[in-house]
Amino acid sequence: MNNSPDPVEISRDPEFQNLARRKNSLSLLLSLLMFGVYFGFIALLAYMPDVLRARAGAATLGIPIGIGVIVFAWILTGIYVKWANGAYDAMVARVRGSRQ
Amino acid sequence: MKEQRIFRLNPSLTLPTSGEGNGQHLPPSKMNTQLGQLSPVAIAFFLAFIGVTLAITYWAARQSKTTAQFYAAGGGISGFQNGLALAGDFMSAASFLGIAGLVATGGYDGLIYSVGYLVGWPVVMFLIAEPLRNLGKYTFADVVAYRLRQKPIKTMAAIGSIVTVIFYLTAQMVGAGTLIKLMFGLSYETALVAVGFLMIAYVLFGGMLATTWVQIIKAVLLIGGATLLTVLVMNRFGWSYGSLFSAVRALPNGENLLDPGQYKVATSPLDLVSLSIGLMFGTAGLPHILMRFYTVPDARAARKSVFVATGFIGFFYILTFTIGYGAAVLVAPEYLAKEAPGFGSNMAAPLLAEILGGGPFLGFLCAVAFATILAVVAGLTLAGASALSHDIYAGVIKGGQSDEKTEVQVAKLATISLGIVAVLMGLLFKTVNVAFMVGLAFAVAASANFPALLLSILWNRFTTQGAVASMAVGLFSAVLLIVLSPTVWTDVFHLASAPPVPMKNPALISMSLAFLTGYVVSLFTRDIEAEERFEEQMVRSYLGADKATIASH
Repeated sequence: MNNSPDPVEISRDPEFQNLARRKNSLSLLLSLLMFGVYFGFIALLAYMPDVLRARAGAATLGIPIGIGVIVFAWILTGIYVKWANGAYDAMVARVRGSRQ
Repeated sequence: MKEQRIFRLNPSLTLPTSGEGNGQHLPPSKMNTQLGQLSPVAIAFFLAFIGVTLAITYWAARQSKTTAQFYAAGGGISGFQNGLALAGDFMSAASFLGIAGLVATGGYDGLIYSVGYLVGWPVVMFLIAEPLRNLGKYTFADVVAYRLRQKPIKTMAAIGSIVTVIFYLTAQMVGAGTLIKLMFGLSYETALVAVGFLMIAYVLFGGMLATTWVQIIKAVLLIGGATLLTVLVMNRFGWSYGSLFSAVRALPNGENLLDPGQYKVATSPLDLVSLSIGLMFGTAGLPHILMRFYTVPDARAARKSVFVATGFIGFFYILTFTIGYGAAVLVAPEYLAKEAPGFGSNMAAPLLAEILGGGPFLGFLCAVAFATILAVVAGLTLAGASALSHDIYAGVIKGGQSDEKTEVQVAKLATISLGIVAVLMGLLFKTVNVAFMVGLAFAVAASANFPALLLSILWNRFTTQGAVASMAVGLFSAVLLIVLSPTVWTDVFHLASAPPVPMKNPALISMSLAFLTGYVVSLFTRDIEAEERFEEQMVRSYLGADKATIASH
């Protein structure tokens, strides 16, 4: 069904392994950051609401923090996309190119 | 800014205006809202939207003949367009009207939902999007079944998709009927039939291409409308969040509205954690969202679309949040509470629009809400129809050997059937709380779809039996836990006894059970062929399919 090279062979190529490792590390790092920030926020809300209840100007601290989590999520997504559409795609092209 | 409250819309008497606010003369408060009357402006916007979208459907019909065109618009949508369409699929009328209303009446509760809905997107990006795109063809079931046995996996995954879609669809239909009745004065039943007809028309004739453009137009209208409303709110408060929050704090319930600890969306801290899990991982299991990754030409465009979608959705939630607090100050509380339980607050944003922008702006916003509902139900119907035709018909019944033309016909038949089911569900569940149905859809998506999808991508020892068991347990436990929770036991069945499950939100338990079941059952079973194909799957999930392979599909 396809004429591509043997996948097992590719999977042992050091260049492929390097690409996979770099991608996994970044995905894992960014996911952990997101989980940490989001569930940290939820844990504060659930178990230490007094922290978020503190006054921040006329509002409460919970409001800028909540908005901050939204902005943080967007920035993380941006970091990933920038890396993947640049360095990662270049690595993919190299591995694919050397195999055709 | 302490004078703000007297501008509240008051149904019983006209309040005098205080004159100047931020150097701007404020219009007198209205005695009666035009909400529920057929306004010419609303009708004009509404007809324009229908005219344009049907014209697009007519144009798209010629490009919706093959399965690739019908399910995925031939992969010809750009990254930016798909980002807008993803945002369009995701920002339902429930999230616009519902969250604005939740902020207006419950304060911080609305922000909990906004944050939870948004943080699912990075998860989709980092863990799901690329393998999904590189391994699948049109549905997430393709990915789970990539190296496992097609028939059992596709059957179970399709059931998970369809259940998610039907819960979500029912919520949207009930919302549609109620909102259109409130906004245009049409009867609930007429509204449902109108929505049913239009959504079937978009999907049936225009497939994914028309559905995508309906989403894009709706997303632009919705973000535009919400931005304008926010501008009017901020203008009223001297472009200062400080003044807005001071005005909120001065309300009788102002302290509660700003207090993050006063949530009503969960019954306990643990329940709140459960809600937050369901919101985050639910997004990563919604079939109509996952399906959109097949509409773009390459991985690069797929990634860009997530970034664009996350930006627009995040921006939109910040707007909605501002609108909600604006409504808390400017709309009289009687107005938000007077409708059927759980629905009065949904009118917060439209009422605010009327106060700040008058009848024409109200008309515009009503038309936007209608467009929003139509777009979301069209996207859901297409996802449900694909599960039936691509997964069940082509994958299970025909064993992957279906004839292209027949498959499209089956998809179209499935579209009509789902449209009818949606209208019937809307009629049947007229009185059911909409937020609960959406919550159920997210819980099922997070429990039935997401764990199996993630395990199939990451774990070489995952077996067919493990995947089927995980999906079945996730689906069943999510539904069961909700039935036994206060939301159904007490609020729907009106049973006097204490609900067996005190938590309103099942995801913490049901998603954990789904992961655990998938893991344990896989350990006790062995699928040598699937393990051998893991390297191939891994290579493809990183590098993408060969062009030749894609073309030969």
